[in-house]
Amino acid sequence: MDFSTFLWTTFAAFLTLATYSFLYKDNPFYKIAEHIVTGVAAGYFAILLWHNGLVPKLWFQRLDDGDWWTLWLNSSKPWYLIPALLGVLMWTRFSKNYQWISRWPMALYIGISAGIAVPLEMSNRVNKQLYDTMADLDWANFLGQGRFFFLDTASGLSQLLIVIGVVAALIYFFFSKAHTGVFGATAKLGIWTLMIGFGASFGFTVMARISLFINRMQFLGGWGAEAFNASGTTPNENYTAWFQLFFWLMVLLVVGYATREIIIHVRGKAKSS
Amino acid sequence: MDIFEKLMRLDRRWVFLFLIVVCVLTYAFDFEIPVLVEPEVEAIFDFVDTLPAGSVVMIPIDYDPGSLAELHPMTYAIVEQCWRKEIKLIFSALSQNSPGMADQAIRDISDSLKVEKEYNGVVYPPREIVNGVDYCFLGYKPYPAIIILSMGQNFRLPFPLDYYGTPLDSLPMMRNIQNYDDVACVIDISGTNSTDYWISYGQGRYGFPLAIGVTGVSTAQYYPFYGSGQIFGIMGGMLGAAQYEQLADNPGLAKDGMRVQWSAHMVIILFIILGNVGYFVSRYRARREERR
Repeated sequence: MDFSTFLWTTFAAFLTLATYSFLYKDNPFYKIAEHIVTGVAAGYFAILLWHNGLVPKLWFQRLDDGDWWTLWLNSSKPWYLIPALLGVLMWTRFSKNYQWISRWPMALYIGISAGIAVPLEMSNRVNKQLYDTMADLDWANFLGQGRFFFLDTASGLSQLLIVIGVVAALIYFFFSKAHTGVFGATAKLGIWTLMIGFGASFGFTVMARISLFINRMQFLGGWGAEAFNASGTTPNENYTAWFQLFFWLMVLLVVGYATREIIIHVRGKAKSS
Repeated sequence: MDIFEKLMRLDRRWVFLFLIVVCVLTYAFDFEIPVLVEPEVEAIFDFVDTLPAGSVVMIPIDYDPGSLAELHPMTYAIVEQCWRKEIKLIFSALSQNSPGMADQAIRDISDSLKVEKEYNGVVYPPREIVNGVDYCFLGYKPYPAIIILSMGQNFRLPFPLDYYGTPLDSLPMMRNIQNYDDVACVIDISGTNSTDYWISYGQGRYGFPLAIGVTGVSTAQYYPFYGSGQIFGIMGGMLGAAQYEQLADNPGLAKDGMRVQWSAHMVIILFIILGNVGYFVSRYRARREERR
């Protein structure tokens, strides 16, 4: 790893620890990390749009012979100027008098999106799911196959549970009739079905959050191996001077802040007593 | 104040600290956790494994660095498997912060192909991966739904040039590839809602075989699409990645993290049980006091 990369990796290690410091309480190190992430993401996205959208579509086009030409000056695609104009009209939102103009491009965009989305979403997210829910029960494979036969999604038992769960969950959301008697019992089954679904999502979410922490540990482990030699204490000789300067500066910052926090805490205790 | 009341009033930061200590300790000690492979992950592996050399697979890398922990291991395992089997790849990056990261990953995996390796008893010789011959990286364009729809007509409509600025027709592997009809399958690895677009606007509109690798948070919501056959496989979070690494006989960061996952889940289950015991005992006592 060259020195420049190592320096940035060290800074990333600092930002990782700064972000996790939020688990204790909100603090300036966390704020710094948060602002850097937001700023870098916004800046990266803006430049990406500029180079992937505006420049090749509107200003420059590469010809078959590899030359570039400017769309504005020698345009054989003048219709490209129409979406460009609509895009400019979006900026009228910043004017109180003319912000109504921005509704035109918005209307066009929403209209096109709805026109594309409605039939495809209806077909793929509603109809196909309905067909699958109402599929014939597979009596020949009722208990399912494989190691976890009872979790076989193709089994008749799974199909039956899906139908019962869907109907019960829908009944739970039917509020035009009091949830009493058989109707109430089915609604209760519906809420249990929903809870099982939320439980599965919660389990996966825990796994996702732990995964992030594991990745950061792996990253810090890699950084530590790069920064320190096999003894685990001495900075890698390739980076000794710069590493020590940067590392100890970070340590000084953290220790300084922690000392300040302790002093505030002790003073607060003394006042309250 | 007895132990149950203390449990109910425990500062959550003690839970965080305990969890961090357990995770760090488990990470420090190297031991292996058995990983049971699920059919939805095996389906993806088998599909890729049975493709003949020269086939084309599309892999959209639709995730930001924030989802890298769960999804990078999937990308690394699948891409290496494909390239070892001489399958050509088309990459895209329809999430705004993914192109640079995807480019870095492609270079990293290309480098790992330069050494001979053995997977599942088969020795694969070293290979030089060449841009335009073994893969094509399309890059990023905004509005994934529109891009996915237009790629179904022709990849050149949204991407006349690849990520590096080369016209697609200049790339040898893209000369006979027009649209999804020319790819064996699409394996979308996504940390955003682009998976919804691939299901509705891609598979739903053009009917190609689609598999997905998604973050743990969103895994549960995509299982209905697996049940209905709209996707033929699903990898969920780090566990899905670890299962794929196991199948591919290519242990990586996901399998390395499973022992920490195991211990962290044990701690969380323990705290859930303790919290519930504390809650129910406190409620029982409060009711008993009311009755008196």
